[in-house]
Amino acid sequence: MDDLLREFLTETNENLAVLDNELIKLEQNPNDPALLNTIFRTVHTIKGTCGFLGLPRLEQVAHAGENILGKFRDGKLPVTPYSVTLILAALDRIKTLLAALEEAGTEPEGADTELIAQLNDHADGKDGGGVPAAAAPPLAAASAPVSSEPVPDEHGFVPVPAHKTADVAAAVTSPAPDEHGFVPVPAHKTAELTPPPASAPTAASTAPVKESAPAAESALANQSLRVNVDVLEGLMTMVSELVLIRNQMLQILRTQKDTEFAAPLQRLNHVTSDLQEQVMKTRMQPIGNAWSKLPRIIRDLSSELGKKIDLQMLGAETELDRQVLEMIKDPLTHMVRNSADHGLETPADRIKAGKKETGRVTLNAFHEGGHIIIQISDDGRGLPTQKIREKIIKNGMATEAEVKVMSDAQVHMYIFKAGFSTAAQVTAVSGRGVGMDVVRTNIEKIGGTIDMKSVEGKGSTFTIKIPLTLAIVSALIVESAGERFAIPQISVLELVRAGGKNSDNSIEHINNAPVLRLRNRLLPLVTLSALLKLPSVAAPTAEATIVVSQVGSQTFGIIVDRVFDTEEIVVKPVAPILRHIDMFSGNTILGDGSVIMILDPNGIAAATGKAAGEDEQKTTEEARNPATQRGDKLAMLLFRAGDTAPKAVPLSLVARLEDIDVATIEQSGGQAVVQYRGSLMPLIPLNERVKLRSEGNQPVLVFADRERSVGLVVDEIVDIVEEHLNVQLGSDSQGLMGSAIIAGRSTEVIDAGFYLTRTFKDFFGATTAFQGKEEGRAQRILLVDDSSFFRNMLTPLLNVSGYQVTTVESAIDALQLCQGDVEFDIIVSDIEMPGMSGFEFVEALKKDARWQAVPVIALSSHATNIDQDRGRRAGFANHVAKFDREALLSTLSQTLQAQRGAA
Amino acid sequence: MSNVTPLHAASAAEPSVANGYVTMTIAGQLFGIPVLQVRDVLGPQRLTRIPLAPVEVAGSLNLRGRIVTAIDVRTRLGLPPRPAEMKGMSVVVDLNGEQYSLLIDQVGEVMSLDAADFEANPPTLDPRWRDVSRGIYRLQGQLMVVIDIAALLNLSAASAA
Repeated sequence: MDDLLREFLTETNENLAVLDNELIKLEQNPNDPALLNTIFRTVHTIKGTCGFLGLPRLEQVAHAGENILGKFRDGKLPVTPYSVTLILAALDRIKTLLAALEEAGTEPEGADTELIAQLNDHADGKDGGGVPAAAAPPLAAASAPVSSEPVPDEHGFVPVPAHKTADVAAAVTSPAPDEHGFVPVPAHKTAELTPPPASAPTAASTAPVKESAPAAESALANQSLRVNVDVLEGLMTMVSELVLIRNQMLQILRTQKDTEFAAPLQRLNHVTSDLQEQVMKTRMQPIGNAWSKLPRIIRDLSSELGKKIDLQMLGAETELDRQVLEMIKDPLTHMVRNSADHGLETPADRIKAGKKETGRVTLNAFHEGGHIIIQISDDGRGLPTQKIREKIIKNGMATEAEVKVMSDAQVHMYIFKAGFSTAAQVTAVSGRGVGMDVVRTNIEKIGGTIDMKSVEGKGSTFTIKIPLTLAIVSALIVESAGERFAIPQISVLELVRAGGKNSDNSIEHINNAPVLRLRNRLLPLVTLSALLKLPSVAAPTAEATIVVSQVGSQTFGIIVDRVFDTEEIVVKPVAPILRHIDMFSGNTILGDGSVIMILDPNGIAAATGKAAGEDEQKTTEEARNPATQRGDKLAMLLFRAGDTAPKAVPLSLVARLEDIDVATIEQSGGQAVVQYRGSLMPLIPLNERVKLRSEGNQPVLVFADRERSVGLVVDEIVDIVEEHLNVQLGSDSQGLMGSAIIAGRSTEVIDAGFYLTRTFKDFFGATTAFQGKEEGRAQRILLVDDSSFFRNMLTPLLNVSGYQVTTVESAIDALQLCQGDVEFDIIVSDIEMPGMSGFEFVEALKKDARWQAVPVIALSSHATNIDQDRGRRAGFANHVAKFDREALLSTLSQTLQAQRGAA
Repeated sequence: MSNVTPLHAASAAEPSVANGYVTMTIAGQLFGIPVLQVRDVLGPQRLTRIPLAPVEVAGSLNLRGRIVTAIDVRTRLGLPPRPAEMKGMSVVVDLNGEQYSLLIDQVGEVMSLDAADFEANPPTLDPRWRDVSRGIYRLQGQLMVVIDIAALLNLSAASAA
């Protein structure tokens, strides 16, 4: 079914619902010409539209009904209960036809001759039900000059308040276009028109205007008319061009003093501005249109969920571009549902919490500086921060350590991520974990932002900020490396000057990555010229201007050379051969006539995450070995110790991050220790250059193994990043696994196992019974993994746990090894490996009778069910996620125990 | 936009526009573009550089309110950059409704040519050139390479070559 038809159905059904009531009113009050007019116009509209859409059955029925109504109006037929019944019958038939039409998309077969004949007979007074025309009471005589709606109701047209169109017409000093045969006549000047012939669409009329009193009732309806959207879009495009030309002329004017063009150009300027504003208004619709269905939804919800909900809608008259309106309709509905379902408590819970029984959901819309702000707030339970934290960890979206250091607001932002739902139970309404991420995507698509505040127990408020229109945007003009760029104002939070004499801020570097301390937060910075690979023209100075931008929940600063003013720009798409550059959302022509590229904050945000180094690493790595890179993303903890070079350790190895008060650090046998969770934890400086602080707090990475903990003393914890880890350079120095590119910088990767073993030897002695030691000898493990990093990471770990580890770097090597005279108690194998996969390896291995009893554990970054099933079929005894150290150790010991039990 | 040369050079003496070519020189070589595809001939223009764009893209310019992407044909053909003292000109062409400005050294005249003088590309032609050349016209004293606009603007092919 096409949109036109769907729109027609919706609208006609609305009209019919009104008609029923009005006909009944007319029956009670047959002498109300105004009421009669309304009814006549509605039926006429239906008829006209049916004709337009090619729906002959509907048209004929409506036409017959209209005939009678026309006679009523002209005073040729009295309004009797019988005639009203007839018309109601006609309306019922129309409804039946519409229902069939809605289902099938076409009019049902058949004819309505009987009904039409009945109607026509009545109209002609043949059926005796009517009275002779002459005898008819002159009920409509007074209303003879009443104008009927002259415009057939076409579809795909938006109602435009007529006075606005009139303003436009005045501004362009030519009448609004009527090439479509519509009458762009302001309602208060509505021409007196005779009812149009049934078949032909009304011709444009410019007949002189006569005010008629009975029209007062319909004045409101006549205030608007329908104009094809294409016409409005065309108008908008032309106005956009005009704005650009105006900008250009004003620019010229600035360079030329004392020109006679000054005055007319100023006038042109104002007229253009007004014109732009008015044309924008034609596209504007009140946001209430997007809300109209919400009261019903809330009513249904409250009965379904057994909650008492009071929906308040403020600022429904706030207008915004219809294109934008369409795009936020669904997100808004979804969010209101969410507020009612998740946000509000049940009445019993509310009373328990000391709140009113009836929960409130408030929608508020208002204008603020060229943007529309929509707030959806509820006075419900607020976001359960702790639950979300748990859920984040459970869903593997972040590790426990990461979650621990997150602020509440950061935690809350996770509800906008895909696959996240806190509703304990999936209801019909929400809780499926789709939604908020879609909401955010939709809003960001139109250049909007979404933010939320929530206080547990008090309620939540979502704030959506969207531009008024998509066509003309306000942009900040900046310069970098001698080139100018436009940044859409909506994504600019503020401008910060750093490094100047009068500035408190200065740019600091973490291994060449610039950051800025801004109000006690670390703001990552990107240099625009570097991002765009522009040759830097000037030497970098200490002073810089930073455009602080926000995309979604990501905030970053863009370092530019200069900031000019803001300018209204018309976004034009870039040429097809340049579309692949995702740094630009379009281009435009500035007031001075030059072309300027419009930066896409989304593209920049995406680029800030991955600096150039990682890209290179990824491409070379993937080119060399596509199999290994998939999914091997690892959360790394970045820190500094001893020198400025960044160091990293896999976050999964770190149990906790602690800030230890140096006053609590004691010395024991020449070793710094601290009382930690009821036992003494040795503190080991990462290297000799790291000195314990003399006061304040000392950052410490805590490595724990069962009840034992070791604190690794570092200077500063910098960040947690997710990266494809690829140790590129091996290292001979103890405690160092090698160097890798992390977050675009060369980073030393710490061998955590080294520190663990060192500490265990020194402090716990070698006598401790380790899990892996059974019957006086260590269990032998064959570890098959193509990634040297994992081999390096797991070997010390397994060693420490008492296993004797042999490593090979491919399944083929492993098979060869196994054919020789070796024995292993257990084999741990990666799944994704080049050459031969883990599945193939275990299948091949199990063919050898000697190895059939030896359990093989699969190690993979993909712990999905499909993998597990396939793994079991292939012959794997068990399956462990690659980064889960605890799980690996417990699986190993369990599998070995089961093995012994079986043996 | 100062040096816009109107294109009514195709005078009455050359009635057939179908075989009409706008000629131009790049690094001494004569090239021709079908006259029907040419929208404008421009003098030196101020260009806005486009970062991250393919190397052949010299920038974009404002042509009477339209944003037109400029392609440096020298770079496209693998020729050395234009000497600094040579100002250069542009021929604006239309491809699928988008306009592109081709930066060349010098615009010549509009010629109507005899199809009998047309020949396919010699196989010895540099592959970069062969890609963008539809064929060769034998003119008096020199040869003219007919540029295939669509192929010329297919920059991905260029970088792959």
